[in-house]
Amino acid sequence: MYVNRSAPHGTIYAHEGLEVVLVGAAFDQEVSMAFLGDGVFQLKKAQDTKAIGTKNFAGAYRALADYDVTQLYIEMESLEERGLTVEDLMPLTYEDEEDDDQEKSSITLIDRASLGQLFEAQDVIFNF
Amino acid sequence: MKFALMINQGPYTHQASDTAYHFACAVLKAGHELFRIFFYHDGVNNATRMTTPPQDDRHVTDRWSELASQHNLDLVVCVAAAQRRGILDQDEARRHGKDGDNLAPGFRISGLGQLIEAGIEADRFLVFGN
Repeated sequence: MYVNRSAPHGTIYAHEGLEVVLVGAAFDQEVSMAFLGDGVFQLKKAQDTKAIGTKNFAGAYRALADYDVTQLYIEMESLEERGLTVEDLMPLTYEDEEDDDQEKSSITLIDRASLGQLFEAQDVIFNF
Repeated sequence: MKFALMINQGPYTHQASDTAYHFACAVLKAGHELFRIFFYHDGVNNATRMTTPPQDDRHVTDRWSELASQHNLDLVVCVAAAQRRGILDQDEARRHGKDGDNLAPGFRISGLGQLIEAGIEADRFLVFGN
């Protein structure tokens, strides 16, 4: 599991973390991503970095489904604490090959306690 | 037991690389295997041989190079993170038309696949610095 705790801009952690996820996808492992704290801002809709002159890499999150990274867990409390709802996030979806290619959301909202349990179940955690 | 380490902070500003070094020494002393040490984010700055601290201070980069040579360690620097921060080996410097290279002995430049492999192969995967 890749745990994302940093805002998309301000530090490079979100950007270089996403690069690890995309490379890691080639390794045929069962992977998921968790977004908590300021990390929930990474999936915010309509990001625009023109004013700060940094690279806008938000489009790369849409490519996650092409790499079979389709389990994105968003911590509910982190969203609420920042005045966000799931409607503020990019609508990331994938086509479920095991269910007649139905389009499904990659995003799962999860509460803090359940996310803790999910951490317990992981073999390896990368934290960015 | 098989260990792999990831170092995400540069030398001197943060203690992460020092702590990782002491941990690596302890791992080896206890007879465990160190599968790989991967340098990412600003951690790539540990790998420049231009590092020149005052003589009365520890030499973080040389210390890693010496440990690698003594124990045949695999010190891997992420190529993309390194290029962003001006860490280049001879091949990379030539390819990008730079007038010098600066990778310290004992380090090698490679891709993020090496990090993922370390996570898969190691019994314990530890991260130093954020």
